[in-house]
Amino acid sequence: MTEHTTPTSGNDAALQLEVAALMVEALNLDVAASDIAPDAPLYGEGLGLDSIDVLEIALVVSKRYGLQLRADSQDNHSIFNSLRNLTDYIAAQRTR
Amino acid sequence: MKRLPLVAHTRPEQIEQIVAWYQGEAISLSRFLSDVHHLASRFPPRQHLLNMCTDRYRFSVGLAAAIVSQKISLLPSTHTPEMVRQVQVFAPDVFCLHDTPNCSIALPQLAYPVSPDTPQVDVAIPLIDSAQLIAIVFTSGSTGTPLPHQKHWGTLVQSVQAEVERLGLTAHAAPHSVVGTVPPQHMYGLESTVLLALQGGQTLCGAQPFYPADIVAALEAVPAPRVLVSTPVHLRLLLDAELALPEVALILSATAPLSPKLAQAIEARFNAPLLEIYGSTETGMIATRRSTHTQTWHLFSQIKLTQQDDHVTAWGGHVSTPIVLNDVIEFTEPDHFLLHGRSADLINIAGKRSSLANLNHQLNAIAGVLDGAFYMPDDAAHDHIMRLAACVVAPTLTAQTLMRALRERIDPVFLPRPLLFVDALPRNGTGKLPRAALKNLIHEQLGSESV
Repeated sequence: MTEHTTPTSGNDAALQLEVAALMVEALNLDVAASDIAPDAPLYGEGLGLDSIDVLEIALVVSKRYGLQLRADSQDNHSIFNSLRNLTDYIAAQRTR
Repeated sequence: MKRLPLVAHTRPEQIEQIVAWYQGEAISLSRFLSDVHHLASRFPPRQHLLNMCTDRYRFSVGLAAAIVSQKISLLPSTHTPEMVRQVQVFAPDVFCLHDTPNCSIALPQLAYPVSPDTPQVDVAIPLIDSAQLIAIVFTSGSTGTPLPHQKHWGTLVQSVQAEVERLGLTAHAAPHSVVGTVPPQHMYGLESTVLLALQGGQTLCGAQPFYPADIVAALEAVPAPRVLVSTPVHLRLLLDAELALPEVALILSATAPLSPKLAQAIEARFNAPLLEIYGSTETGMIATRRSTHTQTWHLFSQIKLTQQDDHVTAWGGHVSTPIVLNDVIEFTEPDHFLLHGRSADLINIAGKRSSLANLNHQLNAIAGVLDGAFYMPDDAAHDHIMRLAACVVAPTLTAQTLMRALRERIDPVFLPRPLLFVDALPRNGTGKLPRAALKNLIHEQLGSESV
């Protein structure tokens, strides 16, 4: 489950784990943050999140990193495709 | 037979009134009627449609086009592959109207036409027979087969007129812009966004906002006065996001009761009244309450409730045939009542309804599942989403395989979290599974974690 398909730089890996930990805590998930595969889908198969989960994650992410997610912004649908995409989005958009 | 107009904006000067906002554009009544006409002319010669349009304006044009061409809109509680199969068994000629590029619904499809150049044609407001069957909404039932409930034009119009009266949004007041966070495909969204606008003389907003920032943007994009039609979950997340909120004249909430604390926070932040709506798929809305003032529900004036043995029946007004309610109700006055939770088997998560019987049926219908049962935790925290647990005896299946099979059959909000594999369920001598025994088993499995 922890196998990385592409190399991840140190900062990204740290942020990725931090975001995974936020998700696990916000949703009370039954997995360890380090066990969430970076490229596995978060929706449906994979982690099995639904749209309410996505709203909950969006809230903690917006508070922690000072950004607001928008459904009509570009790439919206890919943000929650994987932990890696979500982390990349946060890294690019964060204000704190 | 009584015939009622497709829209309530029937005064001659209202033909150019704005009835909807669609992708930033003001839609006049004449343009709406023209869009309905054009879409209806593209419909295949099939009698039933599954309207999957995500944009509320396009959904409404689809609904109206179906009405004027005497087609029946099917509104299932979820759109899993299994449910779509069931809908097709119910109505083999059903086709799917959609507005997404990669619609995955396994039915003959009609994409909502994207043709801004279509010339506008003059169409008179159609008159619809009040006895015409408009929609069939489905509840989950208990045997795996969804239960159909018919909605006729006259009763739908009547229910919205009762809502308009209760909300004080009469024809004399300025039209309100109706912004909804709930999908139009369920009764609450259908009644309180689509029909409230078209039959209540208000203005529909096409947007289907998702994130809190989207809700704020959708509100800002339309003129005041505004009505926000939402749910406890969306409202809680909207307040938590701590965004600057646009002026809103009225907030509606339904699908689950709001905690008094959240109700007060909502009114304080919006500086506007909040009304909760009570209803069901079968009855439509039948009562409201001003949650910051009272916990008591106020019935719509023409609706009656009757206690019979241990259940309560609603009838009168737009409830044309008596319906047994699935809630535990205590009367305080003839037209006022308190809700004391749902009858044990019913489940409502994020506005999606099912029953333990149905979920258990779906779980046990999966090849490789020898026995299995869903469990509903004791106290669902107010305003937060409750999750179900499930225990399953399935020695040949992996968790992943089983979850994939479940996802085909039930809405994602009902997927068990956690899903526990056990050697046997603690059934008693008669094969029944006492809830307490299941609870103990889950506690053992999870150690000290509470469920």
